[in-house]
Amino acid sequence: MRHDTFYHALKVDAEKCFGCTHCMNQCPTSAIRIKDGIADIRKDWCVDCGECMRACPVDAIYVEQDDFETIFDYKYRVLLIPSVFIGQFSKHIRKEEIVSILHDLGFTHVYQVEYTADIVNQAMLKMAETKGNKPHISPFCPAIVRLIQVRFPSLTDNILTIMPPIDASAIFYKELLLQKGIPSDEIGMFYVTPCAAKIAAANSPVGEDKSHIDGVINMDFLYNKVFHYLKQNPDPDRGKDLNVPDLYDKGILWSLTNGEADNMLGRCIAIDEIHNVIEFLERLETTDEIQNVDFLELRACDQSCAGGVLMAGNRFLTIERLKKRAQAAPSVSLIQEDEKYREALNYLEGKLQINKIPPRTMQPFGSEMEEAMKRMEQVRNMMCFLPGIDCGACGAPNCQSLAQDITRREAQLSNCVFLQRMMEKNKKLNSDHAIRIIEKTWGKDRLDKDCRKKGAKYEGM
Amino acid sequence: MIFKYEIEGGNFTKAGNASSNVKKTLKQLNVNPSIIKRIVVALYEAEVNVVAHAYKGEITADITPERICICIEDDGPGIPDIDLAMQEGYSTASQKVREMGFGAGMGLPNIKKNVDQLNISSQVGKGTIVELTTFF
Repeated sequence: MRHDTFYHALKVDAEKCFGCTHCMNQCPTSAIRIKDGIADIRKDWCVDCGECMRACPVDAIYVEQDDFETIFDYKYRVLLIPSVFIGQFSKHIRKEEIVSILHDLGFTHVYQVEYTADIVNQAMLKMAETKGNKPHISPFCPAIVRLIQVRFPSLTDNILTIMPPIDASAIFYKELLLQKGIPSDEIGMFYVTPCAAKIAAANSPVGEDKSHIDGVINMDFLYNKVFHYLKQNPDPDRGKDLNVPDLYDKGILWSLTNGEADNMLGRCIAIDEIHNVIEFLERLETTDEIQNVDFLELRACDQSCAGGVLMAGNRFLTIERLKKRAQAAPSVSLIQEDEKYREALNYLEGKLQINKIPPRTMQPFGSEMEEAMKRMEQVRNMMCFLPGIDCGACGAPNCQSLAQDITRREAQLSNCVFLQRMMEKNKKLNSDHAIRIIEKTWGKDRLDKDCRKKGAKYEGM
Repeated sequence: MIFKYEIEGGNFTKAGNASSNVKKTLKQLNVNPSIIKRIVVALYEAEVNVVAHAYKGEITADITPERICICIEDDGPGIPDIDLAMQEGYSTASQKVREMGFGAGMGLPNIKKNVDQLNISSQVGKGTIVELTTFF
């Protein structure tokens, strides 16, 4: 796995992308520009929330994943599945069937991620007892942790520095295998992810020196693989001999909205969907309206992980299934009752705390205050001329972003199509030059007639 | 660099508009987050004071690389006894305002706590001028 400073799982397929600006307008950190007719994601501003992928009408934004065959580099191939994975399958498909297929696909061990949710919960409660900087913010969603680093650096100290269940489970289950005498390099820990943020977190973790995951598999990919296998190899007895222990109710619901908030103490608020989270954090930072709140559960996706960008099933159906499952599930964590897990659990408990989360400010005008003021003044001057229509035709999401890009010499005033008309009128720009400027942003021949493009009369032909 | 914002008396839903904008600007200028937090808390208090007590007001923020000066000037009843108004818990807020969770008498003391310099001048029946300065 790579360990880049800002590894991002979201990639743009240059063949499919036609520069339609949908992603650019949705990005909560204004990290996308259109260059040569293709979306370009600014690495140091991206928080891996996946909003761009959701917005793309032609599936040009995709989540890069490790080649599935790499699992066979390891003798012991452990798959960690979150509860929302099983929640996508209809109630008629038993979890034993799913796990049995996952074994057939090549995994030697299959575990559910949220077995450690309760241990994580207890560590969070313990830390919350003594930690200042309220309201405490959940460390669960990696897109939110990154969003806070980038857009709300003053709130990084509010984040509870306890690892989420995915990392805890990776440590716990690996330790169980190590205790059996299996060498570390023969064990591969794989995680099925519902979103891009968790892939980025596994590749460049925040608050930890190295990831506990050896590979990440996209959930839609694995869902298709399992479903395909199920359809092609029907077997009513599949998984009958397997005993997959039930998750307890808290674990099943942990990754859904209120999963954590319902299990923390004091006044807890759960907010999902990244724009909602931003609105709330802006208020928290500026006003004293939000007081005496003890804990904030913040998730980037609508309906939390059930709404993950890589989820194949409908999020509301997934939630309904998981809630039904939780009602029938035991309310105590079985691994904590079981003596044979005691040693690995003790080991895990010593590892749960992660490092402090450092701020990672966007710095649109650079790090020097005097220089930043100069550039900000330039932006204010340019805003006198820019139309304020925020049409995106310059390749930036709004006039303000274009002006900021110009101060960094990444764009020019003549990128604005309205200013181009003014320049043409004042004979400062000839029309051929204007077209060349547009082609630089939108790609060559972008304005030529094309009857095969999306929505045109021969689309798809 | 000068920024101006208007405040509408009695409109609590809009209170915080200026603080939010000043916060955004200071963030972009890479001012230390804990200093930003204190400035914004003070400015928000001052904004709410104008909304609660005055008819209308204007905020002028002047930012240099060394400091921020914010002047909050309002058309309002004025403060008859500034020393009394500076005491924690002293409030003249109406019942209506208190029901909305404001008017605990912590406004001015809280502003003083969060800025480096605070100047208040007032003329009864005309208005109040609050000047805040914080060095970066």
